[in-house]
Amino acid sequence: MATAKTTSGPGGSIAGAARDAILAGVVALGIFGPLVGLKTEQNMQNELVITTRWGLVAIIVGIVIAGRFLLTTTIWPAMTRNKLRDKPPATAGEVAFRARLARWFAPTGLVFLFIYPALMVYFLGFQGSLKWVDNFGIQILIYVMLGWGLNIVVGLAGLLDLGYVAFYAVGAYSYALLATHFGLSFWLLLPMAGILAAMWGIMLGFPVLRLRGDYLAIVTLAFGEIIRLVLINFRELTNGSAGISSIPKITFFGIYSFDVSAPNNFAKVWGLAMSSAYYKIFLYYLILLLALLTAFVTLRLRKLPVGRAWEALREDEIACRSLGINTTNTKLTAFALGAMFGGFAGSFFAARQGFVSPESFTFMESAVIVAIVVLGGMGSMIGVALAAVAMIGGTELLRELDFLKAVFGEGFDPDQFRMLIFGLAMVLVMIWKPRGFVSAREPTVFLTERKSISSSLVKEGHG
Amino acid sequence: MSSVLSSEQTPRPWTADPVLTVEHVQMRFGGLVAVNDLSFEVGRGDITALIGPNGAGKTTVFNCITGFYKPTQGMLLLKHAAGDTFLLERMPDFRISAKAKVARTFQNIRLFSGMTLLENLLVAQHNRLMLASGMTILGVLGMPSYKRAEKESIETAKFWLDKTGLTARADDPAGDLPYGAQRRLEIARAMCTGPELLCLDEPAAGLNPRESAELNTLLLDIRQMGKTSILLIEHDMSVVMEISDHVVVLEYGVKISDGTPSEVRNDPRVIAAYLGVDDEEVEKVEEQLDELTEGATP
Repeated sequence: MATAKTTSGPGGSIAGAARDAILAGVVALGIFGPLVGLKTEQNMQNELVITTRWGLVAIIVGIVIAGRFLLTTTIWPAMTRNKLRDKPPATAGEVAFRARLARWFAPTGLVFLFIYPALMVYFLGFQGSLKWVDNFGIQILIYVMLGWGLNIVVGLAGLLDLGYVAFYAVGAYSYALLATHFGLSFWLLLPMAGILAAMWGIMLGFPVLRLRGDYLAIVTLAFGEIIRLVLINFRELTNGSAGISSIPKITFFGIYSFDVSAPNNFAKVWGLAMSSAYYKIFLYYLILLLALLTAFVTLRLRKLPVGRAWEALREDEIACRSLGINTTNTKLTAFALGAMFGGFAGSFFAARQGFVSPESFTFMESAVIVAIVVLGGMGSMIGVALAAVAMIGGTELLRELDFLKAVFGEGFDPDQFRMLIFGLAMVLVMIWKPRGFVSAREPTVFLTERKSISSSLVKEGHG
Repeated sequence: MSSVLSSEQTPRPWTADPVLTVEHVQMRFGGLVAVNDLSFEVGRGDITALIGPNGAGKTTVFNCITGFYKPTQGMLLLKHAAGDTFLLERMPDFRISAKAKVARTFQNIRLFSGMTLLENLLVAQHNRLMLASGMTILGVLGMPSYKRAEKESIETAKFWLDKTGLTARADDPAGDLPYGAQRRLEIARAMCTGPELLCLDEPAAGLNPRESAELNTLLLDIRQMGKTSILLIEHDMSVVMEISDHVVVLEYGVKISDGTPSEVRNDPRVIAAYLGVDDEEVEKVEEQLDELTEGATP
């Protein structure tokens, strides 16, 4: 990078780069001048008045000019040089280091996940840990679980499902309705929510499995919207957009309750100070175990004929049929299993929130889950988990950036720029790693030596 | 079997106990008749070659046999050595492979390129393994019966990897193999399904002479084992004439010759189809010749 500054880019000299940067600045001025610079507001007489924000426009244009200049003079030349230069083959040390990293990453991560709440409590106290266990821990783990569930459908079987949130909703509403109306326990309803979601998965699967690629994606997207609209309009059952509230909390296997008024309240029984932190920590471990169950089942299934058939289906469906594989059933199992884990996560979500409404199951959620799977690398468990941490943890972190108010003024809310940053980050990652964080495929079985398969050979499925 | 006999009273051993009987099969795509009134037999344990100029309808016949197309008319009767019979035209494609035990390869190779060779061969044994894993349930619980079945499947895979000379590359992705090896792997994969009838769509296409010779050895080896009959489409006459017991020639969707390789080689209609005709016959086949110059390649 240091030497890159001295050489000019492919476009020519420093002066050329400056000209180019100024041109970009003019374009930016043309776009952002009217969009950002002019703002209409209603005054007290209900009249629209134009206020101007030229300062902000100047900042934006300045960023564009500087960024463009930096790109043409430094970053692009460096990138082309990197591409031109033959990469030296990895030394034995590097290979060994990578292998060690791959081997130790998962166990270390697991240990960290198990001691995470304890660490938080130790450093921040029970009340202080709430935010970190709940907003970060539980929230991220829900998406890890959803990502792993969808990974079966999209990553392994190669069926692009844009309506995954439908199964999440089915799970959530199954628990919410059955628990509030019949007072059934979470531990009974958890498997039931999974089974119901799986049934919906099969019901959706049957008609759409003859479709492929884009068509499948559109139909599943529509299915997700249908479920949401039914939840809004079927008022008698679902209470419409008002949602279902006061959903019972999960009990500690029926032994302890986390309701403040209950006689067997966890804190009361153990004589601890009242705090919602115990419940959150309990929920954290519960969703951790549920997510690990998803991972365990997926890893097991990959090594079984059904898992191999999923991957074979992603590679070449016609060849699968020529080998006597019933592709319809194979696709259905992938759909149903993915849906089942979505249902588990949904019932957990309902119990954790204590409130569900159709608002929680918009297309945005499906898009985020698909983004997690794609960003993580289709089919890779660790990649998907990392992507969930980056996407969900990242957006949660934005809430923490209050100091930016000092820069951009009181009205600045970084959380509102979530989607912008999110999209930008995705574009960058897709340029840097087009097949996701972890793109190599691990073979499920080997004769003499396990070798990772380069992502360039692995197909992404065609629906 | 390949002894030269006079063409008129040749015995036709493949009619005695055919593994596949094709009767009056017609395949029509809208107004185009790709295969018309085709009947032939594939003898049990034989290597039968289906040849003909480009566009003659050979691959269409294959697609009908393996269920990728449903013939508009006609019957395809498959008979196992054990006596079970199957009407292929009534079965969905995956059941033809699973139940009737007809395996196939493709003209444009269709391997699972992102999976290792071994995985490719295990996917081919899907149905057996699926049963052994108790439709997945026993397998998820880690039952030893599944472990045993998987070990057996790996042994089968190893056997075919040895036969095709690919053992050293068992753990490499299939997409990394050179072309000839991919062709061999596709045959190994088809053989892993334990077929009664193996349909090979141009197995020698794109192979160099040495690879072609290796292929011949492999196919003769498969015939030697006696369990699998082979039906192959081929343009490479060195393969066809050397190893096949029986040749069926198609042209424009119609059978024009059917017999031993030597018979077919001397059949004037076959010669006409491939090379054109002698001068004295020109008048007789003038119309035919006009058509041939468009599509025929030797």
